[in-house]
Amino acid sequence: MDILIDLYQWFADPAQWSGASGIPARLVEHVYYSALALVLSSAVAVPLGLLTGHTGVGGFATTSLANFARALPTIGVLFLVVLFAGIGLVPVVCALVALAVPPILVNTHEGVRGVEPRLRDAAQGMGMRGREVLMRLELPVATPLILIGMRTAAVQVVATATIAAYVGVGGLGRYIVDGQARQDLTMMLGGSVLVVALAVATTLLFAGLRRLLVAPGLRAETASAR
Amino acid sequence: MITFEGASKHYPDGTVAVADLDLTVETGATTVFVGPSGSGKTTSLRMINRMVEPTGGTIRIDGEDIRRQDPAVLRRSIGYVIQQAGLFPHRTVLDNIATVPLLLGWRRAKARARAAELMELVGLEPAQARRYPHQLSGGQQQRVGVARALAADPPILLMDEPFSAVDPVVRTTLQDELLRLQQELHKTIVFVTHDIDEAVRLGDRIAVFRPGGVLAQYAAPERLLAEPADAFVESFIGYDRGVRRLSFFPARDLSPHEDTVFDDQTRAEDARDIAEGHGSPWVLVVSAERIPLGWVGTDQLSRVPAGVPLGDLDLAPYGHTFNIGTDSLRAALDAAVLSPAGRAVGVDEDGRVVGVVSQDDLGTAIWSVTE
Ligand SMILES: Nc1ncnc2c1ncn2[C@@H]1O[C@H](COP(=O)(O)OP(=O)(O)O)[C@@H](O)[C@H]1O
Ligand SMILES: [Mg+2]
Repeated sequence: MDILIDLYQWFADPAQWSGASGIPARLVEHVYYSALALVLSSAVAVPLGLLTGHTGVGGFATTSLANFARALPTIGVLFLVVLFAGIGLVPVVCALVALAVPPILVNTHEGVRGVEPRLRDAAQGMGMRGREVLMRLELPVATPLILIGMRTAAVQVVATATIAAYVGVGGLGRYIVDGQARQDLTMMLGGSVLVVALAVATTLLFAGLRRLLVAPGLRAETASAR
Repeated sequence: MITFEGASKHYPDGTVAVADLDLTVETGATTVFVGPSGSGKTTSLRMINRMVEPTGGTIRIDGEDIRRQDPAVLRRSIGYVIQQAGLFPHRTVLDNIATVPLLLGWRRAKARARAAELMELVGLEPAQARRYPHQLSGGQQQRVGVARALAADPPILLMDEPFSAVDPVVRTTLQDELLRLQQELHKTIVFVTHDIDEAVRLGDRIAVFRPGGVLAQYAAPERLLAEPADAFVESFIGYDRGVRRLSFFPARDLSPHEDTVFDDQTRAEDARDIAEGHGSPWVLVVSAERIPLGWVGTDQLSRVPAGVPLGDLDLAPYGHTFNIGTDSLRAALDAAVLSPAGRAVGVDEDGRVVGVVSQDDLGTAIWSVTE
């Protein structure tokens, strides 16, 4: 029980909530790295997944690439990039992007592939060109699956962005790394609680996005399918 | 007018889906492609909107080779209805119907107004406009499919087994509505089905396909039933083609007899004397307004005391009637076969009895038209 009291006091300490190493500043850093990595990953993975899904070309290459990226140890990527680019933001974002691309890419590809051939046939039969089939049918129908891929990626990224602390660019990972160095269990725990809370908030954010971006006609379908 | 000139489709695996098809689809009429599964109906249909490119021959619309048009542009000018509708699950009913107008660059408000018009035309409630496809029954989805195909008012409508996934009752309703729509719109419709009854009901002309993608016969339904080109067509049509063919002959040429029709106040012995004079064993009893009440046999009339009016007797049910003005010989024959008296009761539009037709009369009429 003592640990809970310690934890409460750690959070209650006013010093904890201000300054460059206060919780708000660390939180902003953490969210910034995570969001940056997610936006970059999506900018790469969604168009690529749409393209391979739509054309059916490169499906195997995509899946292989994704599986390869999944097998990469994040810390390994981090230090590898540090060797080339030095300490700083770049290695962190690279490592996180490598983590986030596979789920987004695979889900986008599968989402588009999964559009019923009957619907694609109807779209072409009405006179839609490739681009119109993609934008007016495949993308909207694949959106639920794409969002699920992004959510998976986002939760992993938020949990893994703690590595930023290893290369000296802050984030909530600082509490864990510093806590470890100082044998301060309360601090490590406080940092972990914050990361978990952020991951939960991320999940909620994607629930909101789903309501916003997925057509009601699809929501019922995917709700029953999942 | 759509013309197939030696059109064929050979797949690389050696399958001949369509073999050297020569056929002319008339403008403003419904042409049905019918045949067993795999006989090349869908392939032939899809050649028209270039969803399938023929490996040989030419297809023309109003004389122009369709290969000279951009496929997407061509398809926007041809309505396309497929089995199970193929509606977009993420769009409301209204926006599904507005698809082609939006592709053509109409403003959204105008496209939606047009879509609402079409909903009414195909018999959908305005309340369904904001629904999504998965909330509709199969029959309603098919109506949306038809409305979607008609939205940009294309002169040609291609329909590939549009009604085969709905239950028989709904199918009949949808067929009736298509006939009604066609009377109003006069589109050039090409309709694919494997159901010969559907073909006969809907088609002005019927093309029967045989396995291997060969056209076995191309004729008006009445001719098809009267003179199947060969044993394949004959067996495909079915054994009762003779009776079915009667639906193409109107009942109005029959001459119904009035002599054995009596109102319910007539005395039994008077009715019996007249009927026996005509050699008829049955008498039809009607109300003062000439609404049918039922049959009674002359043998029964001999057994009742003098002076009893026909209305007081136990009458046999008159079964179902046929409308002399609008029904066919097939309906008249059916009414006669199902009547306890073996005679059909002919009525006018208001259901008043015009007269009675015996099976002998029907036999003569059928003989004379089918000769
Ligand atoms: N892509 C394809 N490759 C090979 N054979 C095909 C292909 N598409 C259709 N076929 C074959 O062509 C024939 C005609 O098919 P189809 O026109 O769909 O027949 P129907 O509509 O009369 O049932 C069938 O034997 C079918 O298996
Ligand atoms: Mg077919």
